[in-house]
Amino acid sequence: MSNYSNMHTHDGQVTQNQQNQATVLCCNCGVPMDGSTGLVMCYDCIKLNVDITDGIPRESNLSFCRNCERFLQPPTNWIKAELESRELLALCLRRLKGLNKIRLIDAAFIWTEPHSRRIRVKLTVQGEAFQNAIIQQSFEVEYVVIAMQCPDCAKSYTAHTWNTSLQIRQKVPHKRTFLYLEQLILKYNAHVDTISIKENKDGLDFYYSKQNYAVKMLDFLNSTVPIKSKKSEELISADIHSGTSVYKFSFSVEIAPICKDDLVVLPAKLAKSMGNISRLVLCSKISNSIQFIDPANLHIEDLQASVYWRHPFNSLADVTQLIEFIVLDVEPTGERKGKYLMADVTCVRASDMGGSSNEEFYIRSHLGGLLHPGDSAMGYYIKNSNFNSDLYEELDTNNIADVVLVKKHYVRSNKRAKNRNWKLKRMANERKDIVATEVLDSRQARQEQERAEKDYEMFLQDLEEDDELRQNINLYKSDKINQVNEGDDDEISEDEDAPQIDIDELLDELDEMTLDG
Amino acid sequence: MAARAQFENSNEVGVFSKLTNSYSLVAVGGSENFYSAFEAELGDVIPIIHTTIAGTRIVGRMTAGNRRGLLVPTQTTDQELLHLRNSIPDTVKIQRIEERLSALGNVICCNDYVALVHPDIERETEEIIADVLGVEVFKQTIAGNVLVGSYCSLSNQGGLVHPQTSIQDQEELSSLLQVPIVAGTVNRGSNVVGAGMVVNDWLAVAGLDTTAPELSVIESIFRLQDNQPDAIGSNLRDTLIETYS
Repeated sequence: MSNYSNMHTHDGQVTQNQQNQATVLCCNCGVPMDGSTGLVMCYDCIKLNVDITDGIPRESNLSFCRNCERFLQPPTNWIKAELESRELLALCLRRLKGLNKIRLIDAAFIWTEPHSRRIRVKLTVQGEAFQNAIIQQSFEVEYVVIAMQCPDCAKSYTAHTWNTSLQIRQKVPHKRTFLYLEQLILKYNAHVDTISIKENKDGLDFYYSKQNYAVKMLDFLNSTVPIKSKKSEELISADIHSGTSVYKFSFSVEIAPICKDDLVVLPAKLAKSMGNISRLVLCSKISNSIQFIDPANLHIEDLQASVYWRHPFNSLADVTQLIEFIVLDVEPTGERKGKYLMADVTCVRASDMGGSSNEEFYIRSHLGGLLHPGDSAMGYYIKNSNFNSDLYEELDTNNIADVVLVKKHYVRSNKRAKNRNWKLKRMANERKDIVATEVLDSRQARQEQERAEKDYEMFLQDLEEDDELRQNINLYKSDKINQVNEGDDDEISEDEDAPQIDIDELLDELDEMTLDG
Repeated sequence: MAARAQFENSNEVGVFSKLTNSYSLVAVGGSENFYSAFEAELGDVIPIIHTTIAGTRIVGRMTAGNRRGLLVPTQTTDQELLHLRNSIPDTVKIQRIEERLSALGNVICCNDYVALVHPDIERETEEIIADVLGVEVFKQTIAGNVLVGSYCSLSNQGGLVHPQTSIQDQEELSSLLQVPIVAGTVNRGSNVVGAGMVVNDWLAVAGLDTTAPELSVIESIFRLQDNQPDAIGSNLRDTLIETYS
């Protein structure tokens, strides 16, 4: 009775002034409240009694690959996310079921020791408790970080996951073609799909998880170098019930063993079909076809790779057999073709200069535009060379030049080689891994490494001298670029006329010059 | 005296029972627990009748009645009517009503003197109500609801109405009924107070979920505290006997 009368008198006093007054008692605690809102429980009681986060788990787990440090975003995505990052928060929230029924107001990480493998997130949510009552609630969710290995990492640790291999071979004693190919591959990102790259004798092996990737690479090679390829397959397993079988594919790719600046004797038939070009020619350019130049009359012909592989032949001599000549006189004949200018050149072997047998050679050369009296030039000394080639033996040796000049020779100091203002990207990571497995201490290995360094230096010099070659390659600014000017003046003057690469051609250095696997 | 009870796991006591000052109807249930709650309080004072109305157990919603009479819907079978006639006191009139709104408990809310009815109820029914129950009849709504029987619980001492009833409405009802009225809930916040509880002048039975504050509102508005001197005395005597026996 007292309860009722108290409430009623209280109501009666204020009804005149105000409509919104307490008309009912909270059904839980009995506190007077406004009944017209439709609420039958006071706000405090609602907060105490109703849990809108009922269906949301307070514990969950995240899968984490310890090796690549990525988190699993179900079902199959693995994403990189820093601790306490937005990505990780999004991932955590996505793991919670039942969040769609309520409104998420706020979410934040609570700091935990990283080694604890626990991630705690504080969530603030709003939801409708009754028809008109919206309440806000905060709670914590703890995630257990479960370490596991992602399929990618698992695959990388497993041997024989490749499906297709692509074996590139070139049967020449040096590695210039591969160095050039490496740069091409890097420039066009042709290596992105490879699982691994292995260095092998006379070439490289590329491994792919799918045949398509290898075919793509093959197409790339087809468009850049003269190759022939052969596909073979090995049956791994066959299911006679379903008719499915698993194969491993191998592409054997051979690059024509003729390189730029090689001296070549063409087969008679081929020379005739190529516009009756002279049979003793220089290889002037390698693309997907081979370009030959006759230095005596500037006759230039292209040989398609397909035609070459019908009757393959080897080169007569390669760049390792070049010797140095000193140019005594140059008389241009005036005939010009592209960058080549024909000239009559008088030259003498550098080793004979001032010696007893000072034999001078008077020859036709295509290097008239480059050579000046007093210059050095590299050339093949055919007269005293002993070639072991059937094609050469067919040749009428009386009518061929004694010397074939190939290129101008620049004297370079070692210092200059060290202080190049540009550098190339390398596929260093893969190479290092492979090399590391071998024993570097052995003498043979050391020699091999020296040879590789020599090849690389030669390739760099080629790049400096040939701007046509540079066009297909990305050159980067070296961090040594500032030191160049500090060198001793007298040494620089020695090779002042050696070609340098203009700084405009260089690209800014990338963050990481070595490549990720 | 206010009690809590449950009918087969349902808190809607007013649906399955009817309580007046001279008789009480309860539904035929699977167990006798619900019946026992009434029996314990009313045992030898008024008859407690097990019945169905029109074959259903929702006797509280199908019927309307007070000390003087009982109204049953037209669907009520002859057998049921005979059973009721045999069970309730002879002074109580029983009348079958031909009314479209057949859930009479939902559309009629009455004590021994006044009845609130659904605004759409037929004129004839209205007259029958006045005759049989001996009450003044008012067409009313409670907090905008036409089902006055569902949203209002009424005795000769007071009335409990829907919690959203405004203070003006409460005052208007209070002046019509000549008893104090209060807005409130039963069964932990349920606003169907008519269906959630039954009440007469000395007993209220609410659902088992009814909270203490709700029960205290019920006790105070229906004046169910044992504040009469003789009641206190008898209670005290009972406890004393219980203690020393």
